Amino acid sequence: MTKLIIILLSAVFINNYVLTRFLGICPFLGVSKKLDSATGMSLAVIFVMLLATAATYPIQFFLLTPNNLDYLQTIVFILVIAALVQLVEIVLKRYIPSLHKSLGVYLPLITTNCAVLGVTILNVQDYPVTETTTFWWGFAQSMVNSLGSGLGFFLAMVMFSGVRSAIEGSDIPKSFKGLPITLIAAAITSLSFLGFGGVIENLFA
Amino acid sequence: MTEILTAVIPVVIIGIICAVVLVVASKLMAVKEDERFPAVRDCLPGANCGACGFAGCDGYAKALCEDSSTPTNLCIPGADSTAHQLSDVLGVEFADVEEQVAFVHCNGNCDATTDKVLYQGIRSCAAAKLMYGGKGSCIYGCLGLGDCASVCPQEAIRVINGVAKVDPEECIGCGMCAAACPNKLITMVPAVAGVFVECSNRDKGAVTRKVCSNGCIGCKKCEKLCPNEAIKVVDNVARIDYSRCTGCGACAEGCTTHCITLK
Repeated sequence: MTKLIIILLSAVFINNYVLTRFLGICPFLGVSKKLDSATGMSLAVIFVMLLATAATYPIQFFLLTPNNLDYLQTIVFILVIAALVQLVEIVLKRYIPSLHKSLGVYLPLITTNCAVLGVTILNVQDYPVTETTTFWWGFAQSMVNSLGSGLGFFLAMVMFSGVRSAIEGSDIPKSFKGLPITLIAAAITSLSFLGFGGVIENLFA
Repeated sequence: MTEILTAVIPVVIIGIICAVVLVVASKLMAVKEDERFPAVRDCLPGANCGACGFAGCDGYAKALCEDSSTPTNLCIPGADSTAHQLSDVLGVEFADVEEQVAFVHCNGNCDATTDKVLYQGIRSCAAAKLMYGGKGSCIYGCLGLGDCASVCPQEAIRVINGVAKVDPEECIGCGMCAAACPNKLITMVPAVAGVFVECSNRDKGAVTRKVCSNGCIGCKKCEKLCPNEAIKVVDNVARIDYSRCTGCGACAEGCTTHCITLK
């Protein structure tokens, strides 16, 4: 249990996908301008990350590894994730139109988000099924890691939209206006997350 | 050769499975969209002005498709041509659109009235109004900083000699300026209307006269002159009921301060 909590917290803070691993930068810079769209995007990302891991983890260890097809990992994962998100979109549109409307364009956008693919690939790398670990234990670890990564993405997006709204109202030199100041702000935000390194492991030691 | 096949076949199979699942799902769970919606939406001008009372053109198109009792003549910018198209697409009887144009009920230009303060703040009527009701000595009048002009999608409004003027030829009647004016000076009048009251000062005649030589003093002469009882003085300012007005111009001729004008 402690292991799962460590995985969750380190996924949120230490190995934050956006600020430490630099994955999913595109939505991080693109959708963080307003708080409500940042929240919508992050919720959709959490949802898709969990779903993608739930689908790809069994595929890896029941289909790819036993048949020595590990090299097909990337293409199969992308295929499965894309199809899955499309399916979810169809289902949502039919049964929960309000949620479909609020997720809007973000749901199909995340289909090919590198953070989502990154989570699934790192999950099978970091928590593999071996002689000592069962499938279900690895699967549980992967799901917790996906949840943590999604929450980390959410945290980064919400924090950064706050930073950006503060930048918006301030007097910026002309040459820094727009993207340059946003990138600098992102870099400083990312630096602040380095401070979490080593905290979580020592917390439970 | 077998290595290639062992790679290709699983991917193809997974792809086919995904495709089949998606096709089945999209057939089973297809959401019925009203096929008239795109056609109806194409009829509307797409200015999203909100003059129809719905949230943008999409909202009006949706209401038209879902509720057959929604009138087809609500789009004022589109006028008769849009109403014609809509009634064709929806198969209902054509209803004439009452074209409207915006009119600024103030003629307190720089010659008629004076400033009471030197305003050097933000160039916005809404901001200027917060400071003692605006820079001009008449607190009901046009602030002249062009909040109406900045929201106008047609650039039909210009501030001339301190007062906003609407070009009726350019105006599409969306009513965005009427919503933007902090003094509520702009109202939507029928495009065919001929007479206008160019004042909104609700103070008594003597007070009005002191701040602006073009103001309505509420003498009620126009009430008596009007043959159709279309004009009434309410709160010390004349108001025209355009459903009765014939545009004869008797009021404009007799107006003592020339605040009623004939176009």
